Amino acid sequence: MVTTEQDTRLDVASNDDYALRIEGLKVYYGTPRGLVKAVDDVSFNLRPGERFALVGESGSGKSTLAMAIMRLTREPGHIAGGHIYLGDRDLVEMEEKQIRSIRLSEMALVPQGAMNSLNPVMRVGDQIIDGIMDHVPPGEGAPNRTELNTRIHDLLVRVGLDPTVARLHPHELSGGMKQRVAMAIAISLNPHIIVADEPTSALDVVVQRQIMQTLGRLQEGLDAAVLLVGHDMGLVAQFADTIGVMYAGKLVEVGTVPDVFKDPKHPYTKLLIQSLPSFDISRQFVGIPGMQPALLNLPPGCAFNPRCPSVHERCFREVPEYLNLDVGRGVACHLFDEEATN
Amino acid sequence: MSDFMRLEHVTRTFGGGALSTKPPIVAVDDVSLSINEDEPKITTIAGESGSGKTTLARLLMGTITPSFGSMYYRGKDFTKLSRKDSWNFKQEVQSIYQDPFGSYNPFYKVDHVLETPINRFKLATSRQAKNTMIEDALAMVGLQPGDTLGRFPHQLSGGQRQRVMVARALLIKPRLILADEPVSMVDASLRATILDSIRRLNREIGISVVYITHDLTTALQISDNILVMYRGSVVESGAVERVILEPKHPYTQLLIESIPQPDPDNKWGDEPPSARFEDFDTMFGCKFADRCPHVMEMCADEHPPQFHLEQHRQAQCYLYRDEADVMEDPDLATIFQDRRAELNV
Repeated sequence: MVTTEQDTRLDVASNDDYALRIEGLKVYYGTPRGLVKAVDDVSFNLRPGERFALVGESGSGKSTLAMAIMRLTREPGHIAGGHIYLGDRDLVEMEEKQIRSIRLSEMALVPQGAMNSLNPVMRVGDQIIDGIMDHVPPGEGAPNRTELNTRIHDLLVRVGLDPTVARLHPHELSGGMKQRVAMAIAISLNPHIIVADEPTSALDVVVQRQIMQTLGRLQEGLDAAVLLVGHDMGLVAQFADTIGVMYAGKLVEVGTVPDVFKDPKHPYTKLLIQSLPSFDISRQFVGIPGMQPALLNLPPGCAFNPRCPSVHERCFREVPEYLNLDVGRGVACHLFDEEATN
Repeated sequence: MSDFMRLEHVTRTFGGGALSTKPPIVAVDDVSLSINEDEPKITTIAGESGSGKTTLARLLMGTITPSFGSMYYRGKDFTKLSRKDSWNFKQEVQSIYQDPFGSYNPFYKVDHVLETPINRFKLATSRQAKNTMIEDALAMVGLQPGDTLGRFPHQLSGGQRQRVMVARALLIKPRLILADEPVSMVDASLRATILDSIRRLNREIGISVVYITHDLTTALQISDNILVMYRGSVVESGAVERVILEPKHPYTQLLIESIPQPDPDNKWGDEPPSARFEDFDTMFGCKFADRCPHVMEMCADEHPPQFHLEQHRQAQCYLYRDEADVMEDPDLATIFQDRRAELNV
């Protein structure tokens, strides 16, 4: 491996120092027309306190991956292979009962569209209690009512809400406030990994900025790692440290945010960055030609070959392997085969 | 000068009826605007959720009527349109909505949404003329008739469905298209194509477009003029480059700073303040006073008038009371720039 000698630069002595390691994860959906490989052989690592963003078009498998990490994959989907290591424990092997004790206390989800994930007939405070009581680690005793009230007060203040919100029902809150409640639930047991699946997709820019900055503040307070799933490259540039680009179920490029934005390697990432609208009026505003292929019917070779401007003969024959270019920087594209072996 | 639509001091409120204990919600507050068909332009209405941008669009669409003020269609009072005028209005104003799936009946093929307006407005005389019309309209938005016709809505992607809606609006040859967040539910990579087809309708066929959005980057890309709304009032308006690249009203400044720029070197500043409704009685003063970083004492007393900052821009903010005059003509369209001069048409 090329990476072993360079690993020291990042102060990572061994695999145990990663907060989360995903190795060769595969999530497939069984459908009447065949197996859909929504996530196909994806590997990446998350360091403690790192903000990793996973981007891709709808249907690229990014949400499926986030759900699989939380072990929330639903039928007809199943984890078909690979490992999710949290420290030295493999979540893929765990029983549902063990997973429940890890969710919220070690690993929490901020769901997409908080408006639909809160219970409409329960007061906000009771929903926070619900999460705490259900997931409190077995070692700690269940907190009593006074302790819970102090905790709710404290949580709501931390996410920037008025403590009286605890007495309200979800329909009395705005979209941004509901998203803040979802964040309060997510941090209620001080997790060290937060998975945020498009946390601001239905909110407007000012509220979006407030929510992302609150998430950043909470993450720093807990020193937790964040996995942000989204398609807004602008938000990624503002929030994340590292970025992973997904295309048709595969991770095609990984790198730090400045590296990927200044020097994108994969032709898809290049097009993705060019297609962003900007305030530079002189620049031509172009989309990516063609459509993402149906996962049931992928073209042979590289899945991006029908849309790729730098396509060559090899792309139709072989699926490109993920190549490590540097520590934490890699790409899956035949254009870099030689560079990586040198 | 012929005004296609004209709104004079239009206010629209919701709720607050005789039996209600709550005061009415003012969704659109004293807006005067005209749409001129001699100079087809793309006008953006921008603002956050709850700013009244969709209510203003629904007023223009004729689906709701103003609570106060008057509205004219081709110089005729909108509330007293004859049956014939009202029929023409329905043909001349078309809309494209946010959700590209909700606009279709899932039991009918895509052809249905394209054929219905042709039949209803009797646009074609023969079967063949109808097919040619549909194919031309699809080609105009960059779709292949073979890939689209004869399919059900669920067999098309979100981007294709939205482009079929643009093609439908085009078939009817309207004078005005109201596009309410047409790309917010479509993938970023497809947005450019849809917006480009809307822009072509304006530039090549001369249809006026009202583009409703909260996304100021796309507004800058496609529109000529912009209205920025906050809690029902137009706080700033004018030529799109002037307003977006050099915002003057503190609310517009906040909106523009909050756009996540895809540039890791250009990051957001500190967290912006949230609304503090309890601190100010905003019923009389400026509606933005409770969030404004430059708030002054006078802001709480009286609602600021429109200050005419420069030829193509106005802002409702007391910060500019010394350097600019109060606008006499309330019609916002008077400050919009005419692009025909630049384009030499």
